[in-house]
Amino acid sequence: MYQPNANLSRMSGTDRRLVRISNLEKKYQTRDGKAIHALADVNLDIEEGEFVSIVGPSGCGKTTLLKILTGVLARSSGEILIAGSRLSGPSREIGVVFQAPVLLPWRTVLENVMVPIQVQKRDRQEFEARARALLAMVGLAGFEDKYPSELSGGMQQRVGICRALVHDPSFLLMDEPFGALDAMTRETMNEELQRIWQESRKTVLLVTHSIPEAVYLADRVIVMTPRPGRIVEVIKVDLPRPRALAMHNTPEFGTYVSAIRRHFNSAGKLDA
Amino acid sequence: MSAETQKYINTTAGGFVLALVTFIAFIGLWEGAVRLFNVPSIILPPPSSIAVAFWSMLQGGELPWHTAVTLYEILLGFLLGSVGGLLLGFGIALSPLSERIFYPYVVAFQTVPKVAIAPIIVIWFGYGVTSKVIITATIAFFPLLANAIMGLRAAPQDQVEMMETYTASRWQVFQLVRLPQALPYIFVGLDVAIVLSVIGAIVGEFVGSKAGLGYLILQKNFNFDMAGTFAVLIVLSLIGVGVHALISAMQRRVVFWIDVSGERVTGA
Repeated sequence: MYQPNANLSRMSGTDRRLVRISNLEKKYQTRDGKAIHALADVNLDIEEGEFVSIVGPSGCGKTTLLKILTGVLARSSGEILIAGSRLSGPSREIGVVFQAPVLLPWRTVLENVMVPIQVQKRDRQEFEARARALLAMVGLAGFEDKYPSELSGGMQQRVGICRALVHDPSFLLMDEPFGALDAMTRETMNEELQRIWQESRKTVLLVTHSIPEAVYLADRVIVMTPRPGRIVEVIKVDLPRPRALAMHNTPEFGTYVSAIRRHFNSAGKLDA
Repeated sequence: MSAETQKYINTTAGGFVLALVTFIAFIGLWEGAVRLFNVPSIILPPPSSIAVAFWSMLQGGELPWHTAVTLYEILLGFLLGSVGGLLLGFGIALSPLSERIFYPYVVAFQTVPKVAIAPIIVIWFGYGVTSKVIITATIAFFPLLANAIMGLRAAPQDQVEMMETYTASRWQVFQLVRLPQALPYIFVGLDVAIVLSVIGAIVGEFVGSKAGLGYLILQKNFNFDMAGTFAVLIVLSLIGVGVHALISAMQRRVVFWIDVSGERVTGA
């Protein structure tokens, strides 16, 4: 007898939403007893394969939102569904790229990429081939046995991206992954991330404080403002793919950037 | 000094030659000064008579036997003390309950100078090797305890959080991040402990013993054999340098990712 499978119904039905966030609230107290309303009534759906950027000034709750999605931070109230199941802690379906590369200095590049495989006790041989392929994809073939200290900042961050993808998660979270890099490297990394995304067709949520970066990469840009942290606008970016870096100079691109910057002009707190 | 000479001194071989030349000059000055000013041997023996004393003690088997006894006390005491310190340190760092039970006593005991309890330990455990091993162990215990606790708490929060987002359990975080992060601290503890162990064994022997280099020093001193005393001191400093070098070599192999020239951690 045919049993409807939760996974299959998700894939085949009209519902293509991988992530559903509804009425999410986060409140906490600082050490001196001040109440902080970090996230207020956040609602957001992300479709499978979609690239979503979140921009906002410091303190708008974008990193808090991301930490809640990674499962290391508890929410105060609200519902989060990922691939149909309720989020209640770190999930194997998620890959995370952090602000700093956060590599373990005593492990080689390959061993660093294999951390999720080891932790999740997956088949080492099968995933080592995948790890090597990922490293080759980001231009780090031949660096597998080097230690992080032998790599530049940009290369280290690329190792971090491989680690986030190695266990083939359906949802990739990125927390200002290129904030520490210089402008030139950052643009190259943006281009590379677009290519990786197009090749792997992951669902991506990118937190950034650079408006051009958000526009360049995303299908949709979520604009957040602080006190309390909330979503004020969602802007769909209708620019053709693959996007060349030169697109930064087109009037269409400029229109998107100024439409987003409009929200922060009063605060004047956003860079780039 | 010419630029060429300066360049040569900066190489490893050059550094060695420089050290050798300095050493020979120092010994020569010492020998010359003692002879020139007629310094009595009871105040400062010349290097030549120290060498003679050293040779005859070596030939007579006196020096090898007492060295073996002291080395045994140092190494066994160091091993027991550091393993004990590590275990209690891990317990305290990982379990808040054991921290509340043991830590106040640990702090109280730490403030007691271990040298001061050496006479009690000799009374309890006798004039043999056991009391020296125990004194050495109590001295080696604290550097490891303190550094194990500090090291296990040193793991950067972002590394722990990274492991957690990849669904690591508490045990996995300990095994894959906290323990490796603690190793540099543990080696600092081992280095301090091994040098203190040499002191512990000698102090124990001073308080009361039948053998060992500390016993030998007292005996030579008692007979106004200053050259003999100095010969024993040379062996002691060789032991100190040797055990320190041993720990350093292990450290370079195990915590290879730490920059040797300082505390700076290379890499991410």
